[in-house]
Amino acid sequence: MDPTALLLSRLQFAFTISFHIIFPAFTIGLAAWLTVLEAMHQHTGKPVYRILFEFWLKIFGVAFGMGVVSGVVMAFQFGTNWSVLSRMSGPIQGPLLSYETFTAFMLEAGFFGILIFGRPRVPPWFYLFSTAMVALGTTLSAFWIMVNNSWMQVPTGYVLQNGQFVPSDWVQIIFNRVVWVRFPHMLLASYLTGAFCVAATGAWYLLRRAYRAEAHVMLRMGLALAAVLLPVQLLIGHLVGDYVHDYQPAKFAAIEARWHDEQPASEVLIAIPDPSTESNRYALSIPVLGSVIGSMSLTSKEVGLTSFAPQDRPPVVIPFFAFRIMVGCGLVMLGLAWLGTWLGLKHRLDRNRLLLWGIFLSFPLPWIAILTGWYTAEVGRQPWTIYGVLRTADAVTPSLTAAAATVSLILFVAVYAFIFSFGTYYIYRLLRAGPAGLGGKPLHVPVPNRPMSLADGGPALHGSLEAGE
Amino acid sequence: MVMFWVALLAISILIYLLLDGFDLGVGMLFGLADGEARRAEMLRTIAPVWDGNETWLVVTGVIMWGAFPLVYSMLMPALYIPVVVMLLGLILRGVAFEFRGKASRSRRVWDVSFTMGSFAASFMQGAMVGALVEGLQFSNGEYTGGTFGWLTGFSVLCGIGLCFGYALLGACWLVRKCEGPVREATRRQIPLLAVAVLAFLVVVFAHALVEHLPILRRWTERPYLFAFPLIGAGAAAMLATSILRGDDYWPFHMVALIFASAFGTLALSFWPYMIPFVVTIDEAAAPRASLAFMFWGAGLFVFPLMLLYVAVGYRVFRGKTDMAADYD
Ligand code: HDD
Ligand code: HEM
Ligand code: HEM
Repeated sequence: MDPTALLLSRLQFAFTISFHIIFPAFTIGLAAWLTVLEAMHQHTGKPVYRILFEFWLKIFGVAFGMGVVSGVVMAFQFGTNWSVLSRMSGPIQGPLLSYETFTAFMLEAGFFGILIFGRPRVPPWFYLFSTAMVALGTTLSAFWIMVNNSWMQVPTGYVLQNGQFVPSDWVQIIFNRVVWVRFPHMLLASYLTGAFCVAATGAWYLLRRAYRAEAHVMLRMGLALAAVLLPVQLLIGHLVGDYVHDYQPAKFAAIEARWHDEQPASEVLIAIPDPSTESNRYALSIPVLGSVIGSMSLTSKEVGLTSFAPQDRPPVVIPFFAFRIMVGCGLVMLGLAWLGTWLGLKHRLDRNRLLLWGIFLSFPLPWIAILTGWYTAEVGRQPWTIYGVLRTADAVTPSLTAAAATVSLILFVAVYAFIFSFGTYYIYRLLRAGPAGLGGKPLHVPVPNRPMSLADGGPALHGSLEAGE
Repeated sequence: MVMFWVALLAISILIYLLLDGFDLGVGMLFGLADGEARRAEMLRTIAPVWDGNETWLVVTGVIMWGAFPLVYSMLMPALYIPVVVMLLGLILRGVAFEFRGKASRSRRVWDVSFTMGSFAASFMQGAMVGALVEGLQFSNGEYTGGTFGWLTGFSVLCGIGLCFGYALLGACWLVRKCEGPVREATRRQIPLLAVAVLAFLVVVFAHALVEHLPILRRWTERPYLFAFPLIGAGAAAMLATSILRGDDYWPFHMVALIFASAFGTLALSFWPYMIPFVVTIDEAAAPRASLAFMFWGAGLFVFPLMLLYVAVGYRVFRGKTDMAADYD
């Protein structure tokens, strides 16, 4: 292995997983939202839910397809680029990923076809069931992958034998407090992504004065969900920080940009950490708050980075800023969601175009929070791949050459950029065309060879879905 | 426990070959079809099932990683380039299902990416099998054969062979699922494809004789292995008669049987090796604690459930594809 193959593999993993997570973040929330819509439609019979369902289903299809194909890459990249990791941790990570595949991927994949194409062929209850199964699949998938990654963050329940991590306690591996704060954190993050995208779309239509009925439902449901989930998310975020404090003190110090041990510790709100001088420039900090956040005490001693040997320290700049961006996104979203819900309850949201613009433009925030959250977690974990036991530099495939890694990285970047541009463009067009129906004007007469769709929702139903063509 | 996972791995590979085989095959034939109506109909026959089909590749990969980590960690680096190209092919074809219907002017782009992606993935899978049969170079559990160690005349031949094999499977699927022009056109392709596959098998056999591939020795040691090629030959004969009869139903099953017998031949002639003549099944197996954990949940209960989802999926979309009643 030459050192550049290591660097290129890290870049490739970071790039492909960052690309992948964009889609699960969206589809996990959207699948749940589709289930709710379908259930509401079957329960109340109101066409608006059905219109919204068909509308979001198209978008779901595109995003899900991209999530699947980019996910298949991830499953094989452990072997191609991180063969030492695969061999050593295969007995633990392999079974966990098997459970994910068996319980989640197959469930999603099996019922996805029915969700997209099967409505005319199955009874309504079975269609609702299929929708729920896809949603369940995405949730289970998030669960297993969080167990997997949490084991790499805080390895437990294993013994090291003949250069392999042999599982000794699966209960410990699956049911530990790290998993059970990180999984909810990730799941809520995905629901927030769904909620904000739905709300932003509603705000966009209101700004364009189109599809008022659907826009109101989207805005109301999206904002209300976000308003409830955000405080919970911030609380769980705090608990996630607790585990980092307890198990990964070096990462915690990097997040806080705390270079030296302090007692009581201050909290750096914002600064420019400078690794060369091991200090912060332009620091704005609050005394004692660091001890309060870290240990809920006014006097505790908090560890600084210089207490760790230089080769055991993570980078500081990325975790420090990434963490602050994540928290910042969370706070901005909280403000928008609460204000929007409050004004909505008083029926003043429609007229407040400034806030509608704010909500519309906020749709990237959850994605930014998710990506920066992961950068905090993963870059802060360095130099370890399995925390404290296997270094990243030792985990990479020994036979991999820099040339091969360069070629694969370039190919991945090129292909992903290509499909991403078209994918977002198609999604944008679907969103712009909007749902047909009650509020908006039907843009297209339904195609006659669709007897089932006519029977079920009335002529206007499929109208604008075709309009993007 | 080890045997259970060997069996499940074999079953998963076979299911993958058959399901994604016809799916990739349709992808390659798609490039030959002209006219939007025909293309749309071909795509529609596989659109509801492609995701499930492809997931069997993931199933294969993770069983290998979980139950035989050594094999996974040795083969993936050895096959770095083919795996990456296969994945890129699967990406380019996979997105076409959703993108094509949403595109207007750019539809051609996704037609090309669908065909070329299917072709790249099929070729690379064949080449990987070829490289495995011919032998890859390892020492001390590390791959030492270089970036292009997998690329030989024989592996290229196997790549082309698998493309024809998948195309044949895909053609039989189309005949089963379609009516009208697609069925007529595809019917005419089947004999050609069948002859090509047969020719490929003959060439592979001749090559093996000339090169004295180590695998051949096992055949003389274990004559009972000939049962599999015999089944294959029987299936080929049935295939020929069913094509001549103009039957829609049997060709697919007969080609599937040919695939199964070819796979069985290959697998049993490697036995008990996982990477031929380098790593045996027992050497590769994960610790008992891993195998047992997988067995008591995923293996025993969830695997049958997975088969059930597949069955439900294919049942919902059974019969001739009805272009009129489905959405796009
Ligand atoms: C929290 C969520 C999450 C995270 C962190 C990951 N994934 Fe993922 N993955 C999903 C959530 C998800 C999903 C929601 O289940 C997907 C995305 C969209 C979709 O269609 O299914 C999916 C699809 C998906 C597929 C395709 C499944 C199929 O064939 O149907 C594979 C093989 C993987 N993923 C593998 C991985 C690996 C190896 C990861 C880590 C390195 C990973 N994913 C991170
Ligand atoms: C006050 C607010 C928040 C705090 C204190 C917080 C805390 C944390 C911490 C400490 C980590 C690193 C965990 C690790 O190293 O394993 C993290 C990760 C993460 N955060 Fe947050 N977070 C907050 C808000 C948010 C919001 C609003 C979102 C998304 C909408 C989000 C999404 C994520 C994600 C996806 C990860 C990576 C997964 C993980 O490691 O669990 N966070 N968060
Ligand atoms: C989905 C959100 C995720 C994101 C955005 C993410 C991000 C990253 C980044 C940025 C790196 C490179 C770190 C560096 O080298 O400095 C990395 C490395 C890595 N991550 Fe993740 N990660 C995610 C999820 C996961 C999961 C779920 C797993 C395992 C189950 C995982 C396993 C790895 C491995 C094996 C590496 C390479 C070795 C290493 O650098 O430590 N990641 N990830």
